[in-house]
Amino acid sequence: MVSPTPSADAQPVTPQTGAAAAVDVVLRCEQVSVSYGEKAAVHSVDLAVEAGRVTSFIGPSGCGKSTLLRTFNRMNEFIPGVRIDGRVLYRGQDLYARDVDPVQVRRCIGMVFQKPNPFPKSIYNNIAWGPLINGMVPRAGRRGYLDDLVERCLRGAALWDEVKDRLDENGLALSGGQQQRLCIARALAMEPEIILMDEPCSALDPRSTQRIEDLIDELRGRYTIIIVTHNMQQAARVSDKTAFFYVGELVEFGDTDQLFRRPREKRTEDYITGRFG
Amino acid sequence: MTTLAAADSHLRGRHTKGRLFSWLLGAMTCFGIVMLLLLLVQVLRQGASWLRPEFLTRVASRVPEKAGVLPALVGSIYTIVITALFAVPVGVAAAIYLEEFAPRNRLTRIIEVNIANLAGVPAIIYGLLGLALFVRLLHLQRSLVSGALTLGILVLPVIIIASREAIRAVPSSLRQAALAVGATRWQTVWHHVLPAALPGVLTSVILALSRAIGEAAPLIVIGASAYVPFCPRKLTDSFTALPIQIFTWAGLPDPKFQNVAAAGIIVLLALLLTMNAAAVIIRQRAGSKLKW
Repeated sequence: MVSPTPSADAQPVTPQTGAAAAVDVVLRCEQVSVSYGEKAAVHSVDLAVEAGRVTSFIGPSGCGKSTLLRTFNRMNEFIPGVRIDGRVLYRGQDLYARDVDPVQVRRCIGMVFQKPNPFPKSIYNNIAWGPLINGMVPRAGRRGYLDDLVERCLRGAALWDEVKDRLDENGLALSGGQQQRLCIARALAMEPEIILMDEPCSALDPRSTQRIEDLIDELRGRYTIIIVTHNMQQAARVSDKTAFFYVGELVEFGDTDQLFRRPREKRTEDYITGRFG
Repeated sequence: MTTLAAADSHLRGRHTKGRLFSWLLGAMTCFGIVMLLLLLVQVLRQGASWLRPEFLTRVASRVPEKAGVLPALVGSIYTIVITALFAVPVGVAAAIYLEEFAPRNRLTRIIEVNIANLAGVPAIIYGLLGLALFVRLLHLQRSLVSGALTLGILVLPVIIIASREAIRAVPSSLRQAALAVGATRWQTVWHHVLPAALPGVLTSVILALSRAIGEAAPLIVIGASAYVPFCPRKLTDSFTALPIQIFTWAGLPDPKFQNVAAAGIIVLLALLLTMNAAAVIIRQRAGSKLKW
């Protein structure tokens, strides 16, 4: 299922840096617009997200970055009156094509939310539930399979050492930062290709934020991560690519270093230097 | 500089007002409780000495000393069980549908408004409906099942409205968490929303059934019998229920039957208290596992 399209010419908004090395595009937006009733939230966004990279979306509140993020796993469609135009292509397939099942989309594209929202279940079941209901667990050797899976995901989310002796405890008994890592572990259990993170640190203290950022760094390469953040320093620290949004428009998209050091757009510069936002 | 020690007269006035209101509110609360206590004391004084074990095992009689409550008690318990079996699944299912699946359009809004209105319709009207629908149209006779279904329809709106409140109170972050790991709407509802809403749903169910068990009017309309010397065995048997039996006793000329009626009231109250206690226990069991 790897996209065979040569990608060098398919990067309209990315500045070409040096040689036209083949870029593995996992998610592509083509003229994506989102509106709630009369109110337009996102206007005609073109964007290509590279596989294995960390891409951050920044911009002031109400700029449409979270709205756009939620179109990537079809979490927008529970909002009454929402309308999505344009195409969102995952490995070349339109997520909004008529024969695409949103449940299937969310299996491949996981999500971590702003406020940690573990299930009011044991730590173990928080992770096991997704694979179980999706029929990913073989019937024979079920327990052993799940034990392995839980350990692997908790290790993957850098939480194993803290919780390995109390997997039966309720996930809500953990601290806020641990809960958020549990939510990341829960997303990993589905073996998604992309993980969407909607301001995952905004409810956390600096120490927990640090741990999540370290974790994002560890997940880099194995997963494609798209992170919405209010915190520009965070975007600068964790991401390879940064997209700056302003009132529903994608103003600038490029390598994080370049965008923060030498923004091409005046509005980007004003925002990252703190002149508004 | 403002001195902190001596409060000025305006502030003193505000404090007085505050105290006055808290007294007033307390007095109102006491009024309600005192009225209830008076009722309870009155009933206990009249009926307690008549509440002997035989009272629970005998059938109704012309002689006050020989009168018993058994057919009415059994009738009430059977009725409430059948009512619950009918109204709880239908009511909770309707609540789930309206809250989680129904499209938000004009039709659902009309349905919602009408359910709210139905909750306010007097019980006797439901009795007429039951008479026309179950007794006449469906030929269920003046039977246990007719009475139970009528009470079921009577409490359905209450169950639907209160269950919806409970389902709506489940944070949407929980739904999103489940959907984000590839759950279907139904899996989300079944595994997460319903367990989280269960305490609230159970409360609504018990409240509704408590209302049903105390209703006499609709049962009288559909023709529950005043004198039934046997316990119902089949769904189609004629039956009586505690409120009807109490109503009948209270209307008899022999003053001793007032005491018999009081004893009947105590039995009904005991039944109600048991149901409410069960609800509290179930709710605490279910609630202790869920916190956020």
